[in-house]
Amino acid sequence: MITRLWSLIRKEFIQIIRDPRTLAITFVMPVVQMLLLGYSATNDVRNVPLAVWDQSRSAESRELLAAYRAADYFQIAYDVAGETEIHDLIDSGAIRAAIIIPPDYAEALARGEAAEIAFVIDGSDPTIAGTALSAATLIGQARSTALTVERLAARGQGGAPRMAIDVRTQVLFNPDLISAYYMVPALVGLILQFLTIVLTSGAIVRERERGTIEQLIVTPIRSWELVVGKLTPYVFIAFFDSLEVLVVGKLLFDVPINGSLLLLLSLTALFLVTTLGLGLLISTLANTQQEATITSIFFNLPAIFLSGFFYPLAAMPPILQWLSYLIPLRYFLVVVRGITLKGVGLESLWFEVAALVVFSVVIMGSAALRFRKRLD
Amino acid sequence: MTTIIAIDDLTKTFGDFTAVDHVSFAVEPGEIFGYLGPNGSGKTTTMRMLLGLLRPTSGEARLFGLDSVAATEQIRPRVGYMSQRFALYEDLTVGENLQFYGGVYGLRGPERAARSAEVLELIGLTGRERDRALDLAGGWRQRLALGIALLHKPALLFLDEPTSGVDPEARRAFWDLIYTLAEGGTTIFVSTHYMDEAEHCSRLGIMNQGRLLALDTPTALKRTVVSGQAFDIETTDLVGALDALSAIPGIERAGLLGDHLHIITQRERHTPETLAGALDAFAGALITPAEVTLDDVFMVLAGR
Repeated sequence: MITRLWSLIRKEFIQIIRDPRTLAITFVMPVVQMLLLGYSATNDVRNVPLAVWDQSRSAESRELLAAYRAADYFQIAYDVAGETEIHDLIDSGAIRAAIIIPPDYAEALARGEAAEIAFVIDGSDPTIAGTALSAATLIGQARSTALTVERLAARGQGGAPRMAIDVRTQVLFNPDLISAYYMVPALVGLILQFLTIVLTSGAIVRERERGTIEQLIVTPIRSWELVVGKLTPYVFIAFFDSLEVLVVGKLLFDVPINGSLLLLLSLTALFLVTTLGLGLLISTLANTQQEATITSIFFNLPAIFLSGFFYPLAAMPPILQWLSYLIPLRYFLVVVRGITLKGVGLESLWFEVAALVVFSVVIMGSAALRFRKRLD
Repeated sequence: MTTIIAIDDLTKTFGDFTAVDHVSFAVEPGEIFGYLGPNGSGKTTTMRMLLGLLRPTSGEARLFGLDSVAATEQIRPRVGYMSQRFALYEDLTVGENLQFYGGVYGLRGPERAARSAEVLELIGLTGRERDRALDLAGGWRQRLALGIALLHKPALLFLDEPTSGVDPEARRAFWDLIYTLAEGGTTIFVSTHYMDEAEHCSRLGIMNQGRLLALDTPTALKRTVVSGQAFDIETTDLVGALDALSAIPGIERAGLLGDHLHIITQRERHTPETLAGALDAFAGALITPAEVTLDDVFMVLAGR
């Protein structure tokens, strides 16, 4: 038994090492994906290009602009002199927002009236627009408050005027709201799912496609030995890749691992059972490697969107939220984000762990039942 | 000694298509049993049922007295199989292929090394352990496939069209190897669609459209199936002569065979002289009595 199993595992490793395509998917893809996602899939909007139409040209208007410049949300890219110019710049994508200061801005302030300023935002990208909108409002309000305090002080009612409500925010776990801290650990789940499903289904179907499965079936090797022998190498690869992502994530993006690494790796193993089972299941349905790859992608893409990797599940319509409960990755993302970012332990993750156990049993069980040592 | 293969009324259907149609026969120890028939006649399907790769629709097959479905796992260590597509791992070397299959058959350590060396010697690949299977020429690849099927010293060897796509010299060498194995006591079950190859077998089952049409030694088949006499006709105008033959009474069958015509006449109906008279338009046609071929046997059987 050990001889048979070991022979199969050894053969599988030799084949992986000799196949440049598999090697690239295995070792290079995780890092490339992390670099892409770490740098690109970020919701941290900074340096939105801004045009300024300052018709006031006063000390007051310059102070206002200085406030906008001080926050790194905006970068003043153009000084314009008219509305058409603003629209042209927005159309060409050169700016995402524009601030218009009216000619009587300084005078209105001097009269003690409310000075109006206009803020034009390009709404085509909701993420950028959303950030620009709140940043524009916040900075304007802060400036407004500062001016009000000055006025009160000037009228001699000063001293230390207080706001009616002072909201003191405290952001836990990721105080600087860095997207990478949230995205990179989740990438472990994404890569594991994608990699194991594509590689395992491909590895088994390849034997069928090349006719070697027939030769293998007529040997005394048992079904379970065949399954375990084919899957084992990918378990090693999956763990290697998980560590690779966590280590590179730490080095490049300084992603913290606040919880127990041992717990994370144990639950990774649990998650792996579900994805390996899915790969095995696909291999029983596909006859060619191409079919296997297409089926894998067909499963992977919706699964990634429904897992809450990119977009928060809470923002989805109820039907999609329900569907997401069928996606094992959904639970694993909670696990991996919880452990790395919040440093939580099993006591907070029992629901996810229970769900993954159920999925492991169901998926691996049905795959094993379907996997027969026969051709018909 | 027990009968090696005994199949009884074996049938396999795929939907409406009957691939193997109520076939029965037995194979005795030490035989080289040939399974002859065109592509799609049910040869591979029969073999796959015997190997437990497919379930019979009805009927049963026994190997070494064991049921092919119920006792698959007991049968497998005792049989070797060389499938139609050379089931080698092309990205592995000769040595790695042997090592892998040896391990899968439970051979280990020094035993495996010794057996690998023995097989390499037998198939003539000694010294080429480090070559990738992909880089081997067709004939060598096929010998490696045979070597893999032999690693665990099976008592029964299944060869499914082992020499398709291999050049004639390599085919001859391959058959020498099969004889060596048979002399060593291995029972061989070989399918082929080459008539000349079928001549090498000790007994021959002839398959067409899923049915076993006849089963006997090649010599007996030629004697009993074909009642007429065979002649070879050499002439410069083969097509013209073939045309002219259709008008001559008493000719059962006429066809091209390589560079000459091969005909079967009704028994005692023609002599070289009477045929030469009927073909007088073809001056210099050389007519000689000939042997009945397995091709004739197959055509007669398939025509019934």
